[in-house]
Amino acid sequence: MDSIFFRMENINKYYRMGDEDMQVLRDVNLEIREGEYLSVLGPSGSGKSTLMNIIGCLDTATSGQYILRDHVIEDMTESELADIRSRDVGFVFQNSQLLPRLDAVQNVELPLIYAGVSQRERSRRAREMLERVGLADRMGHYPNQLSGGQQQRVAIARALVTNPGILLADEPTGALDQKTGRQIMQLFRELNDEGRSIIMITHDMNIAANAKRVVHIIDGVLTEGGSTSDA
Amino acid sequence: MLKTLKGALIMIGECFRMSLNNIRGAKVRSFLTVLGILIGVMAVITLITTVNGVTGSISDSFMSMGAGTLTVSVTGSDLKTGMTKADLEAIAALPEVEGVAPTVSISNARVSRGGSYESRISVSGKNAYYFLSNPEVVTRGRALSFIDEDNMTYVCLIDSEMIETFFYGVDPVGLNLYINGIPFQVAGVFSAESTENIASIFLGSPSILIPYTTAMKMNSTAEVTSFTVYMADGMTSDTVSAAVEEAMDAMFSFEEDTFTITTMDAIEDTMETMMGMMTTLLAGIASIALLVGGIGIMNMMLTTVTERTTEIGLKKALGARQWQIQLQFLIESFLLSLIGGLAGIALGLLLSMILSNVMGTAFRISTDAILLGFGFSAAIGIIFGWAPARKASRLNPIDALRSM
Repeated sequence: MDSIFFRMENINKYYRMGDEDMQVLRDVNLEIREGEYLSVLGPSGSGKSTLMNIIGCLDTATSGQYILRDHVIEDMTESELADIRSRDVGFVFQNSQLLPRLDAVQNVELPLIYAGVSQRERSRRAREMLERVGLADRMGHYPNQLSGGQQQRVAIARALVTNPGILLADEPTGALDQKTGRQIMQLFRELNDEGRSIIMITHDMNIAANAKRVVHIIDGVLTEGGSTSDA
Repeated sequence: MLKTLKGALIMIGECFRMSLNNIRGAKVRSFLTVLGILIGVMAVITLITTVNGVTGSISDSFMSMGAGTLTVSVTGSDLKTGMTKADLEAIAALPEVEGVAPTVSISNARVSRGGSYESRISVSGKNAYYFLSNPEVVTRGRALSFIDEDNMTYVCLIDSEMIETFFYGVDPVGLNLYINGIPFQVAGVFSAESTENIASIFLGSPSILIPYTTAMKMNSTAEVTSFTVYMADGMTSDTVSAAVEEAMDAMFSFEEDTFTITTMDAIEDTMETMMGMMTTLLAGIASIALLVGGIGIMNMMLTTVTERTTEIGLKKALGARQWQIQLQFLIESFLLSLIGGLAGIALGLLLSMILSNVMGTAFRISTDAILLGFGFSAAIGIIFGWAPARKASRLNPIDALRSM
């Protein structure tokens, strides 16, 4: 588990705001190995969400090189980027973002539909993943019948059901109380122990401390913050 | 390749399921959106089915009225303005012809009896053969005979309207009636309904029937300009028409445009063309409703796309390709429109069944109309859903997710 999952070199990102170009990321260099657990710590407006979107191939950099596994991302078409998102990346958002009219299993099945997996196989994998995140008894529940923590577990199961190379989590505990947040962090640690790579974005230092490696981002500049070995 | 195809099929199935879910989730709004298509399709189905039924009924009664006959109308030339009694007998003697029934009209006759009178009565001259081939015409008294025809007698048959006007409460048979000042003896009563033929649809039915020879005398003419040819058994209208034409060409010295022979087939063709034009016109008007319905669907889909921006962004983050997003919205508008179309077909058929009962015409389900309604609504769903679906698929996932 020592091979490089992705490497970013001199990534810059500009957004056009009216007449001005606003620089959101400045010469970002970042390398992630398979199986790493990294958190990106920074205040709001620091560019951390933009960084996550570029890592997850939802957005592309203005300049610089980004290589994910063997793919040179900046050369890719929209359809190829969608393939990467479908295969290599799993997203978890702050407000779990479940579809209200689908039950837990159907929500988890969603990425598999886009990957073209058959109904039977989808259902099997979704149930397996829901069991893994501790929701074996909540399979047929709709989002409004689940607590915030349970919803976030469904979202994590959905992100992992395609067995992606990396789990990208944007403020995964942001909408949860402290106790539930700790339980989610416990789940992340377990998942990482099972060999899954995780990148977690947060503004909360205590949450960031759960990761094995922390980087800081301020005004679009990324600095290495050293490892936390207490995990 | 095979894997892609399988993936696409799975996707299409899922799109139908998700779309039904979404339509069910917004029942009232979906219903209101569908209403436009429903009304449009219902109108098309009702119009086409009803016009078909009316056409069917009309051509049925045409066939029963004029089965086995041809109508000849003579315009004549400078030398010869009509058919003489001898000419008619020559036509009647043709092997293709069973008999000939001339019609000599005296329009706007003044009819009187005692102190009461009526002007503008339509009087029609008929021959004995007419009554022999249509015995059901006479309801009381006797028909006109060859003796009446040969001797130009002053006898007449009258309809129930004439009885009411001039013979209220008395038996008219044997009594006198004055037509343009000449006394006629009433020989019998005829039923107006059974004298109806193709000509009467355009000219109105006569109220009094007299011998055609008498009518010619009153009109100071020895010629007939309109008559009906009864075809001999086993003859087609084309054969009879050709034979009559040949004989009459000789009578009119082969001058052109001296007479017209109208067969039932020709009249039916004209009817069908007219009704077809009417159907097209009405269906055209109804399809404006469909267009409006389509715009309604487009409007709802555009709103839906805006409302579901986050959902679209999320699905893209979960790996949905542009075509997958587009397909989902396209199938949703297709289904929405199709539901409206199917309901419109059902209601349209119901409505035309009620209409045909009320009007007393035949109810004929037109498969064309059903296919048209089905195809129209499906096409509208796809055409008007295209732009919103494309808009959804082109949404930038970042912008879409930012609205979370």
